[in-house]
Amino acid sequence: MTTRADPALGKPSGTPAQALGAVLLQHPLLRPAAALTLLLVLDAMLLPGFFRLEIKDGHLYGALVDILNRAAPLMLAALGMTLVIATRGIDISVGAVVALSGAVAATLIGGTMVIHEGVPAYVANTPMGVALAAAIGVALLCGLWNGVLVAAIRLQPIVATLILMVAGRGLAQLITDGQIVTVYYQPYFFLGSGYLLGLPFSLYVVAALFTLTLLLVKKTALGLFIQAVGINPVAARLAGLRTATLIVLVYVFCSACAGMAGLLITSNIKSADANNAGLLLELDAILAVTLGGTSLAGGRFSLAGSMIGALIIQTLTYTIYSLGVPPEVNMVVKAIVVFVVCISQSSEFRQLLKKRTA
Amino acid sequence: MAQATPPVLEVTGIHKQFPGVRALCDAGLRLFPGEVHTLMGQNGAGKSTLIKVLTGVYQPDSGSVHLDGRPIRPRSTQEAQALGISTVYQEVNLCPNLSVAENIFIGRYPRRFAHRFGPVDWRAMRRQAAELLKRLQIDIDVSKQLAHYPLAIQQMVAIARALHTDAKVLILDEPTSSLDEAEVQTLFGVLRRLRAEGMAILFVTHFLEQTYAISDRITVMRNGEREGEYLCAELSRLALVNKMIGAVGDTAAVDTAAVDTAAVDTAATDVESSGAADTPARGGDVFLAARGIARKGVLRPIDLDLHRGELLGLAGLLGSGRTETARLLFGADKADSGSIEIRGRRVRLANPRDAIAQGIAYCSEDRKHEGAILPLSVRENIVLALQARLGIWRAMPMKRQQQLASDYVKWLGIKTASIETPVGSLSGGNQQKVLLARWLATEPGLMILDEPTRGIDVRAKQEIMDYVSALCRKGMSILFISSELPEVLRVSDRMVVMRDRSACGDYRRGELDETSVLQAIAGEGA
Repeated sequence: MTTRADPALGKPSGTPAQALGAVLLQHPLLRPAAALTLLLVLDAMLLPGFFRLEIKDGHLYGALVDILNRAAPLMLAALGMTLVIATRGIDISVGAVVALSGAVAATLIGGTMVIHEGVPAYVANTPMGVALAAAIGVALLCGLWNGVLVAAIRLQPIVATLILMVAGRGLAQLITDGQIVTVYYQPYFFLGSGYLLGLPFSLYVVAALFTLTLLLVKKTALGLFIQAVGINPVAARLAGLRTATLIVLVYVFCSACAGMAGLLITSNIKSADANNAGLLLELDAILAVTLGGTSLAGGRFSLAGSMIGALIIQTLTYTIYSLGVPPEVNMVVKAIVVFVVCISQSSEFRQLLKKRTA
Repeated sequence: MAQATPPVLEVTGIHKQFPGVRALCDAGLRLFPGEVHTLMGQNGAGKSTLIKVLTGVYQPDSGSVHLDGRPIRPRSTQEAQALGISTVYQEVNLCPNLSVAENIFIGRYPRRFAHRFGPVDWRAMRRQAAELLKRLQIDIDVSKQLAHYPLAIQQMVAIARALHTDAKVLILDEPTSSLDEAEVQTLFGVLRRLRAEGMAILFVTHFLEQTYAISDRITVMRNGEREGEYLCAELSRLALVNKMIGAVGDTAAVDTAAVDTAAVDTAATDVESSGAADTPARGGDVFLAARGIARKGVLRPIDLDLHRGELLGLAGLLGSGRTETARLLFGADKADSGSIEIRGRRVRLANPRDAIAQGIAYCSEDRKHEGAILPLSVRENIVLALQARLGIWRAMPMKRQQQLASDYVKWLGIKTASIETPVGSLSGGNQQKVLLARWLATEPGLMILDEPTRGIDVRAKQEIMDYVSALCRKGMSILFISSELPEVLRVSDRMVVMRDRSACGDYRRGELDETSVLQAIAGEGA
């Protein structure tokens, strides 16, 4: 894949068709999209009926829908992580924030059964709107904490967010009293497992947040500013950017995305598990961003790439489980695929390959 | 110092060529035991390259280095150190989180049982570290973290580390650039003691005062060549400055090497004649007035007035406080004291944003690290400062960005494949023009240009100076900083000379003459 693409780089050819081809080959999304396609083709061959979609009870069912639905929390986390990484930062507290926001929402809503005119009904302890706002509010505070540690106190991002990675899960356990809090409140389940117009509701959440972020990045100066700060913070400051504010904002946004992911997860499993909710989600999110072609060195970033990256990870998981590979092997297979994709993005490796083939 | 003793280090006929640049040409140096020898020269004169050859970082293309009469050719700093050439670099490259003793012995901890796999002998290490420092007459607790001590002490620790091996030659590459007055004196005390012990010390600095305070002998470099070797006592300051920058009339010698001499000559005459034509007394009311702005260890209090439409040149050697002044005026660094008035109103410049809001622009001397954002496109680089002032929400429409960028590309003659080309793939001169465009787009009242013509070709250099003059005629104030004295003399309406971190002379255009400026730079009363 890599060797074929390279000779075309930087040489726009004569005919329009060739020129278009060259542009496509240079497109940063080429590699992640090709990897995902490859994986899907593999699935189509290995798993009969992989692409089959059917409508049951007005809902769309099928492997593809399942993958999208399960990838939703990861896609949200990857969205926020992309912007953080673009500023040359990293946020490893994402999983903890997921647990925290889930714990807040689940504890506040809780739910008790009341018999109303002979019909049993579940009632939330706190109005759902308040509970959701509180969960997202806590996530925003987490982001503020991370952002201030990085931008004002100048801790290294990985150290700064490590604090919350440990403390956040602890706090979540305090909130849930160390128990798994089960939610008994129908409307809350809609978030993570409801359907709207035949598609899982979580997909609408992801689509909305993705579109919003894309607009924010493209239609305001945010995209330019984030790249400038990520590539050269000194020059960006001298050009008059509020670099510190920008960095705080980015961490706040990342935590908000994680908080939203936490709501989807707790709603989907109808309970908050402070110990396991979102466990290692940050690593998958970082992986999704990397697979999507955004460099950990900051600067140029691709939100769409990160979404594709998240889908690659989820498709891979789905494939492994569907093939009946023992779960213990799952991690190894994942590691191998990640290794291959990452190494194909390394320019050093490509040069090495070129030298060998030349 | 007697000529009878042979030099401990003798370097002759060193050539070093980098792609497109001749860094050293027949460079040489002699170091005698028991002397402090200062290496002086402008930026780009080849001092650092020569030192890197001595310390094994670079391999010379030709030439020889003799240590104690034996030819050597170090291939790495470790090898050079083993031979007896120790170096203390400009930036203190120690580990602030380790103890003083650990820093001195890093990579060669004393071991017990005299075996390299033996456990570390901490007590011996502390004792030896304390002894080494005592040799420098410094008595500190060596088990404390290095970061606990001020920069000057850290510098001494770096020297102690360099002395640990049996050093015959000690090279100090601008050791005083971040030290304050008292700290410099402490350092000099140490150097004098080492000199008395017979050490040959090579000292690289930009500060004339310090050169004369400590040196026995001076080697001046210019354009990669050895200009000459002088006994300190026999070389006046004026003569030294003259030798460093070349005679003022001799433009070709001052402009950077590897440049077509004919082109420079014509360029110089062109600008000179046009400069003479448009010298109506520019300068209306005061745009900016700085009173006693200072920053500890960086700049002594300085007063500065900048009039509307005035081109004020800031001359002086590197390290004289030119860039430091510019950074204070732009809010890039905070002043410890003093006040700044802009258009008659007192302002607070705590960060670049404040300064930009007041209509100040700053083209840094360090284009790559403090100016251009290399992977971003020409368009993105040009709109950045203006967009930063507009804020996140009031994004300029793409049409307007493209218009702005292509206007400046056309007007400044920026050579680029398109406005979407990454700035990193442009030549230095064109990158500089992009930065100029970035600031012009903000329509500043005062533009600070710090070495805007450094490292760019003659043509671009002249073009940039032409725009600068044109802007001035339109009423913009310009603070122009350059190491190239002829350039400053040519374009300035007024000139402030800086020396040793403070201003020492203020000349109006009529009074500008090379001799007095040179004398001011050198620090000799007229």
